[in-house]
Amino acid sequence: MPDRLIPSPIPAFGPHLLSLSGMTQERITGILDAAEAFLDVGQQTVKKVPVLRGKTLVNLFYESSTRTRSSFEIAAKRLSADVINVTPSQSSVTKGESLADTVKTIEALGADGIVIRHASSGAAEFVAERVECHVVNGGDGCHEHPTQGLLDLFTIRKKKGRVEGLTVAIVGDILHSRVARSNILGLSAMGAHIRLVAPPTLLPRGIDGWPVEVFDRLDRGIEGADVVMALRLQLERASGGYIPSLAEYSRFYGLSREVLERHAPKAVVLHPGPVNRGVELSGEESWTNDVAILDQVEYGVAVRMAVLYLLMGGGGGESAPPNAATRGEGL
Amino acid sequence: MKESSGGNLLLTNVTLFDPAEGILGGAGPLLVLDGRIAPPGTPAPPGTPELDGRGGILSPGFIDLHAHFREPGFEYKETIASGSRAAAAGGFTSVCVMANTSPVNDNAAVTRAIVDRAREVNLVRVFPIGAVTRGLEGQELSEMGALASAGCVAFSDDGRPVSTALMLRRALEYSRLFGLPVIDHCEDLVLSNRGVMNEGSVSAELGLAGIPNASEEVSIARDLSVLELSGGRLHVAHLSTAGGVRLVREAKRRHLPVTAETCPHYFALTDEAVRCHGTHAKMNPPLRREEDRLAVIDGLRDGTIDVIATDHAPHAPHEKEQEFDRAPFGIIGLETAFALSLDLVREGFLTFSELIYRLSTRPAELFGLPRGSLRTGGLADLVLLDLSGEWEAGRPGYRSKSRNSPFTGRRMKGAVAATILGGRIVYAREQP
Repeated sequence: MPDRLIPSPIPAFGPHLLSLSGMTQERITGILDAAEAFLDVGQQTVKKVPVLRGKTLVNLFYESSTRTRSSFEIAAKRLSADVINVTPSQSSVTKGESLADTVKTIEALGADGIVIRHASSGAAEFVAERVECHVVNGGDGCHEHPTQGLLDLFTIRKKKGRVEGLTVAIVGDILHSRVARSNILGLSAMGAHIRLVAPPTLLPRGIDGWPVEVFDRLDRGIEGADVVMALRLQLERASGGYIPSLAEYSRFYGLSREVLERHAPKAVVLHPGPVNRGVELSGEESWTNDVAILDQVEYGVAVRMAVLYLLMGGGGGESAPPNAATRGEGL
Repeated sequence: MKESSGGNLLLTNVTLFDPAEGILGGAGPLLVLDGRIAPPGTPAPPGTPELDGRGGILSPGFIDLHAHFREPGFEYKETIASGSRAAAAGGFTSVCVMANTSPVNDNAAVTRAIVDRAREVNLVRVFPIGAVTRGLEGQELSEMGALASAGCVAFSDDGRPVSTALMLRRALEYSRLFGLPVIDHCEDLVLSNRGVMNEGSVSAELGLAGIPNASEEVSIARDLSVLELSGGRLHVAHLSTAGGVRLVREAKRRHLPVTAETCPHYFALTDEAVRCHGTHAKMNPPLRREEDRLAVIDGLRDGTIDVIATDHAPHAPHEKEQEFDRAPFGIIGLETAFALSLDLVREGFLTFSELIYRLSTRPAELFGLPRGSLRTGGLADLVLLDLSGEWEAGRPGYRSKSRNSPFTGRRMKGAVAATILGGRIVYAREQP
């Protein structure tokens, strides 16, 4: 382990990670620096540090998610926490236990932290108001997905060496995207120039105050960008009348090797996944641009380790920073 | 309908305020004999109970044209008894209750049950509003004649808009038989597209589905065009948008038979309140932007908006304490309406006389209720007001069975000191 960083756990951070709203550049930089240290853990043969030994993390996922849930699970296990996955089916939700009762039950079982993924905007804050344990927002409705925002920032920093001053184009369904909202907050805190590229039907009303430039044409929106981030398009947007068809969406907003080469040849290409091939990104195999989608997945684990450590690593004897801890384990 | 008669009461040390009779600041006392206001100068019979008004203002009791008492069917949210207690504490002596009960108030039996129960409770006068369509389903007209005979004072499918322009036409035409108004919850449900709050900068940031102003405006425009065709009387419920105010103003200029109400939350709050009050700031129509709030106040000032109603909509804690998009729409309002409205007077938007007119005299006129004044011989439904009385909303609790209000904990200025129904004191504030 490199002998740097790891800011002191809880005081700098607060008990929960619900949103990137109000996060300063310093705080985000602190998290990214911590993630850098945890990235090294993933390179070890024994990919484990004991900093959350004896702690229990519950992944409470009301929406199906392979990627985010696995990422949190691996992150927590690498920190030696016990992880329980709870995935209430929609049927049991309609049968009746309320979210408030469910999270109180989980807390009573002894959870130290809850990662909540839920279809309702504001659900993570709702949970945080009702439990004493730590809450991490794993994506709430169309509101925020803060760890995705952080891992995107981390990826950009790894690829470009910095975030400040870069031009980042976010392309697609801004209206329904929690990834976009967290990224806009994080990128603007870090001093990036943000462009939103979307058809008018997929752009929220009332964003005049946002620190963004809005484009409705892809070529102009990505022109000269350092980073192009495609958002996932839910396939039901066509039946919902937001776009005429996936084919037309792809024609106007799909990223292809050709359009990237012509307008943003130096751009790193990001996508939160899972990708709809042939919709947000063309299906071709070879790209001249740096397509960093798998890097995002790898970095996501390190970023989530950092977040869980910073939130839950305080208090008690298990809270030594990973460099000290790893020495203790003799890694 | 035979009004229940009341007792005798001498109200001393009060200032009389009655926009209807042009009594604006007259000196008391006021004598009530057998539940009715006695001619000035009548000597009080020996043994008449006396209420010292402590220099407060005595005005006609408030009249709410829009409340939900939830009985029958949803007694866990509110009952006629608890709703009546809340109304009395808020200075209301008459309350019109909406038809979205279970069973729906679309037939005379339900109407009579509500009226009978309210008479047993006997704290406020309750006037049922009948459904426009059977089961509120928007398919067939309810038996408006039977409803009117049983005591309904208006018709509404409130909670939903009248389903189609044709159904509204028929309802407005047919209701002319009885001279009663049709109240519409003006909303284009398709355009609202399952939105849960005002569409604007706050919804964009919170990632909540928005209801655009146009949802209300499109529906009001439809209704006004139909009204021009059908005749009858249209009352627009809970006006919330600048565009809606403009449409009603223009229609009134053209002398269309339209009236309108708004509610205290539309002139006291904006959609920013959703950030800190969550589902307690969720109602339909939603809280709008500042420019809408100011337009609503302007509408009250120039008479485009006739009355202040509460849209008192109780919901149980387990219903409101849910994810924002799952929680039901609506907040309680009877107990906070007066103090919030009085802010408009303090801020110079309305005169005190205009305020009483919009809370009492004008609503009585609209629904043809023979009250809302201090005229000699009239029913002694009165409210005694302490304009400088300070209190905290919802502390220690509400009289309503529910507590879903964004105003809980707010310092209020302007208190109801006593409420008098037919000369009987039905509410008296504990002396602080």
